[in-house]
Amino acid sequence: MHTTALQETSTFEAANSAPVLSLNGISKSFPGVRALNDVALSLYPGQVTALIGENGAGKSTLVKIMTGIYQPDAGEIVIGDDAVSLPTAHAAFGHGITAIHQETVLFDELSVAENIFLGHAPRNRFGLIDWKQMRANAREVLDTMGAGHIDAEARLRDLGIANKHLVAVARAMSIDARIVIMDEPTASLSAKEIEELFQLIEFLKSDGKAILFISHKFEEIYRIADRYTVFRDGEMVGEGRLAGTSQSEIVKLMVGRAVDHIFPKRTPDIGEPVLRIDGLSHPTEFDAISFELRRGEILGFYGLVGAGRSEVMQAIAGLTRTSAGTMRLEDAPLEPKSAADAIRSGIVYVPEERGRQGVVIGLPIFQNVSLPSLSRTSKSGILRLAEEFALARQYTERLDLRAASLSQDVGTLSGGNQQKVVIAKWLATRPRVIILDEPTKGIDIGSKAAVHGFMAELVAEGLSVIMVSSELPEIIGMSDRIAVMREGRMVEIFDNKDLHPETLVRAAAGIAA
Amino acid sequence: MKSLTKYREIWLAAAIALLVAAVAIRFPAFATPSRLLTVFNDYTILIILALGQMTVILTRSIDLSMAANLAFTGMVIAMTNAAYPAIPIPMLIIMAMAIGSLLGAFNGILVWKLDIPPIVVTLGTLTVFRGATFVVSGGAWVNADAMSAAFIQLQRGVFLGLPILSWFAIAAIAAFYLFLARTPLGRSIYAAGVNPTASVYAGIDVGRIKFVAFVISGMVSGLCGYLWVSRYVIASTEVANGYELQIVAACVIGGISIAGGIGSVAGAVLGALFLGVIGSALPVINVSPFWQLAISGAAIILAVVLNARGEKRQGRIILRQAEAA
Repeated sequence: MHTTALQETSTFEAANSAPVLSLNGISKSFPGVRALNDVALSLYPGQVTALIGENGAGKSTLVKIMTGIYQPDAGEIVIGDDAVSLPTAHAAFGHGITAIHQETVLFDELSVAENIFLGHAPRNRFGLIDWKQMRANAREVLDTMGAGHIDAEARLRDLGIANKHLVAVARAMSIDARIVIMDEPTASLSAKEIEELFQLIEFLKSDGKAILFISHKFEEIYRIADRYTVFRDGEMVGEGRLAGTSQSEIVKLMVGRAVDHIFPKRTPDIGEPVLRIDGLSHPTEFDAISFELRRGEILGFYGLVGAGRSEVMQAIAGLTRTSAGTMRLEDAPLEPKSAADAIRSGIVYVPEERGRQGVVIGLPIFQNVSLPSLSRTSKSGILRLAEEFALARQYTERLDLRAASLSQDVGTLSGGNQQKVVIAKWLATRPRVIILDEPTKGIDIGSKAAVHGFMAELVAEGLSVIMVSSELPEIIGMSDRIAVMREGRMVEIFDNKDLHPETLVRAAAGIAA
Repeated sequence: MKSLTKYREIWLAAAIALLVAAVAIRFPAFATPSRLLTVFNDYTILIILALGQMTVILTRSIDLSMAANLAFTGMVIAMTNAAYPAIPIPMLIIMAMAIGSLLGAFNGILVWKLDIPPIVVTLGTLTVFRGATFVVSGGAWVNADAMSAAFIQLQRGVFLGLPILSWFAIAAIAAFYLFLARTPLGRSIYAAGVNPTASVYAGIDVGRIKFVAFVISGMVSGLCGYLWVSRYVIASTEVANGYELQIVAACVIGGISIAGGIGSVAGAVLGALFLGVIGSALPVINVSPFWQLAISGAAIILAVVLNARGEKRQGRIILRQAEAA
């Protein structure tokens, strides 16, 4: 008791004293993208700092720099009084930095004790692992943090996600970590488990750890954090003490940005409904989703990561099964059993993960474009290369693709140009409805503008577009209407007239107006 | 990737030429066209099998049951010929391909519908097919006396200066080239191997593609079943025992990536010919057959190292872009 009281006072002192870790002037670029630009962040002992920002603001990149996975292009990392470099994950670990991710990175097949002490297990006098000692130490660590209910000998995979988090924290405790990074730790936890996690964070605070807490959920941030740092587009735009700072001030920091490029002006010519979704449900991912998509319309889908937007789109595109609800395309019922079915009926889905789900790296550009249209570019079962090239040329030219030759491997292109190839691939199937999932994620400004301009052209030709995007300027700049989803449910569909970005953020985060 | 693959095939062709030249220094007769054509003819069966194996490997699978399939089909065909010598040989060849396809389809169904790893499936069916060969033959051999003259002679006939057996290989090379490079299905095989996830999004049924690949490898195994028993004039349960390793080796040496999606018809053919040249040259220069095994083994490891390096370079590019996304 005595020691706890002492630590609490010292915690208070620490808030006004030196940070345990400071990042100064950190910049990091990837080909075509500037992920972080001259950002700063300080973590204080015994304090929880919330890192807040939209998707793509640079939070994950920063975490990767702090844990030694990425190397910054510029800037310094100061721990205590010393500037350090973190060339490897091991080095970061050695400096007492540990991260707990959404999906914990532990070893399912090993026991709890082994997970806690992997790499620093107690040894006996023969230099072999002292199992008895290790289990005893594990129990002690777990007990100290009030997680005595976890069996040190249990196999990790038999534990729930919440208990896995506890094991990860126990591991951090066992190496005497000074800095604990929690990257959306509550994403897959129940309300009760979240409460337990918060008690644990309180415990870590009282133990003098500096905690970086990343979350999209304001209620959690206000519940647990002492300080905040807001990132926007790879820059640090504000920081301070959370007490006395209102939610709307933080929302303003998150969204109030300079317009980075002009969106194409268009005069929407919106016709009859093309796609009608009614009560679409999935056992675990989304529930009772209803909306209409009209001819010549861009319908934006906004929401936090994990709101279920992509899952709904994948169901419409025939990639996942639904448990209830109906879909109609024009006047015919739409029941796609596979992606091929959906493509035949004229619905295409441009997936979010370009590298994994979009481009086929290793195949040349023209073969990427023709992949879903092979039946059209072949005659009596034999591919006609001239037609494949013509098809690829037709669509890549419209998208202003920059490539030396259509025969070059798509993997040699920049991210932006790869995305153009992916979009060309789907347009070449001549769809009636095109669903774009985060179409400009991680691509450069120039390619972004090309994609946006092209979307405007498509709807002008009578195509209908659904655009899932987490970028506010994009969703407001491009959409005719905006559907907001939250935790697998439709919150509201807004007409994009004098719509304020903060309205969307509030709807997506579930903050009352 | 294209230029890289081309590189690899040119390097392999150069290695083969170098090998031939080295042997020719001591034994000029080895490098004569007629001798080299004999090597090609001797390794026809390996070339055809390697093409089938490559199709499977392209889809990120492997077919270890090809040699056992060959033995079973060869036995059935030889027994059929012995019992009904009147059945015309082309009919028997079609029958061999049909039986082989059926066995391949069995592999394919297990991989596609039950989602069992191909290496496990075909390791199992390897034993099953060998066992079945024993069951149908009762362990007996079918030898030259029992086979009809036409059965033995067909592939020994000469057409335009080449043995008919060689023409089988040439036809197979042409057919596989046409199939893999110029048909929608062939293209889908490559796409499904390089990036199965993106292929699913593009409307390709990756499971069905694997099934088709196994049917193809089964079909060529069946064809080679006939070619083998008629060439060596014997059908026994021991036919082509352990040959599956040679087939996989030819593919690996030919630059077919075990990770799927990368490889060409030319690569598979050159890989088989490389083994062919080693196998034919070493006895000529009085190297013991045990060294042949060691040298083939070293060639496989060297090929894998070279391929891995080539692919890694490509991987780094992917990663950098994945990071940016």
